[in-house]
Amino acid sequence: MTSAGIASTRSMNPIGWLGLPMLVCVVATVLFATPIRIFGVSLPQPIFPLAAAFAWALIRPSILPPFALLLLGFFLDVFWGGPQGVWPLCLLTAYAAVLAVRRLITGQDFIVVGAWYAAATLLALAVAYGVMSLVTGVAPNLVAVGWMYALPTLLLFPFARRLAERYEDADVRFR
Amino acid sequence: MSLRDGPFGDIRVPLTWSAGAALVIAVIIACAILLSHPRDPVKAGAYDAARHAVDSVAGPVGGVLAAPVRWTHDGLDSVRGYFFAVSENHRLKAELAKARTAQDDLAASEMENARLRAVLAIRTDPPLPHVAAETIADTRGPFANTRLANAGQDKGVTEGNPVLSEHGLVGRVVGVSSHVSRILLLTDAESRTPVILVRTNGRAILSGDGGGAPKLDFVRSSLALKEGDRVLTSGDGGVFPRGLPVGTVVKGFDGGWRVALDNDAAPIDFVQILLFTDFAQIANEQALAPKELPTAMTEEPSPSIVGPTGGALAKPAPAKPGAAKPAVIKPSAAAPPAPRVAAKPDAKKAARKLDAAKADAAKTEPAKKTKAADEPGPKKPPAKAPPKPKSKAPPAAKPPPASEQPADIPL
Repeated sequence: MTSAGIASTRSMNPIGWLGLPMLVCVVATVLFATPIRIFGVSLPQPIFPLAAAFAWALIRPSILPPFALLLLGFFLDVFWGGPQGVWPLCLLTAYAAVLAVRRLITGQDFIVVGAWYAAATLLALAVAYGVMSLVTGVAPNLVAVGWMYALPTLLLFPFARRLAERYEDADVRFR
Repeated sequence: MSLRDGPFGDIRVPLTWSAGAALVIAVIIACAILLSHPRDPVKAGAYDAARHAVDSVAGPVGGVLAAPVRWTHDGLDSVRGYFFAVSENHRLKAELAKARTAQDDLAASEMENARLRAVLAIRTDPPLPHVAAETIADTRGPFANTRLANAGQDKGVTEGNPVLSEHGLVGRVVGVSSHVSRILLLTDAESRTPVILVRTNGRAILSGDGGGAPKLDFVRSSLALKEGDRVLTSGDGGVFPRGLPVGTVVKGFDGGWRVALDNDAAPIDFVQILLFTDFAQIANEQALAPKELPTAMTEEPSPSIVGPTGGALAKPAPAKPGAAKPAVIKPSAAAPPAPRVAAKPDAKKAARKLDAAKADAAKTEPAKKTKAADEPGPKKPPAKAPPKPKSKAPPAAKPPPASEQPADIPL
């Protein structure tokens, strides 16, 4: 391991790799929900916890992230409104998918990881779309979902990648 | 003593499996939450209480977060307004010019609306059909005072129709084309209008002379005129309906009585043309239909005052022998009254028959008396002569029985 690699590693403090990202996700979600319009367009609403779910699954398997995602999803439910349990299920679906294939993702190139991130995001949104359709009985507008949720969430990949890189070498057992 | 120092310190739980188990548990919880979601969005629950709490916190937070953005936006607007002040000034001037024009149009429309409402409020008694029109030209000569109105034959206007403004009588229509009619004003030198003076019940003729106040000619009033007497149309001659407001009496500079016209109170632009031609259209034809007149009798019960009196009696018809009874005309009670025009010949005919019967009776009576004198028998005192009738008709020797008396002839 090079000196730079050693310097970039962090100890697996749960506050650092779970607590702070959770707080950032909550604050960012609230911030982007501000009712302002820039050039006549309201702010996008990316699903910040999806980036955290992707990164947590890549960092290492743990007991805490599923419950952290459960709480974040619960927060999204009560903050955005809608049927209860949709966003927890959505986030856990993405986390489970990435956790299942994490050995294929770790150590890959940026584009490959980005493709897996996009796949996980689309899977999560597909689950959310299906559940919403079943619960409400009305198919949501795909354009609105893609424009307001999917695309901004895909743009969060650099942050997810950065979070995963910061802690992926912290536990040598899961390299 | 830490966990590592105890008997379970060497036990290593596979983290992947534990993470998977935690994931499964979390998914189960999420599914439970999803399935426990009430389908009725109105139904409240513990979860809704949490949502309400989040909303109550998120609302002020959103407002606080939006405040700096609003301040920034306002600041940018100020900067933009500074740099675009000239172009905005031009735009505002153009808008101001448009707004002033619109304000003038609005004021004109309000005034026109008020005038039209006033014109429409005019009612005549009895109600007459009318059309509204606008005077579109003012044709004036040295003595002429006429106007053109934009209503003609297409709206049923005919010559002679009275014209009113919202204040009073204006004149009458003297010429009509398809879409335009010419109004002769009361001030025209050719205008003559029969009027009534309300206080004195006098009559006069309002004569225009081209001036603003027409003269009152041919005044016939038991009381002297006073300034301020109201002048209305009298309806004489059938040119105007009775009672249309004309004006008030004023003393002219020449010492004569003139009328200050009511229609001088405002410009004559919107007028109401009454579709009045003569009083026949006002009269109730059914009320004027011929009816049975009441019976009129003279003091002499036998003849009616109706029918010829001299001719038939002077020349009685030759009596037939044996026609002792007078002719009796019994009109059928059930028969409907005949029309007035058809009843006259029948009445004359019946009167002639009655007269002939009376003449026959007069001839037969002396013969009876002669025959009675010739017959033997106890003498009876002579019958008391009936009272002498006042009429010149020959008295009947014996009044016929009541059942045989001639009935009145209905007209």
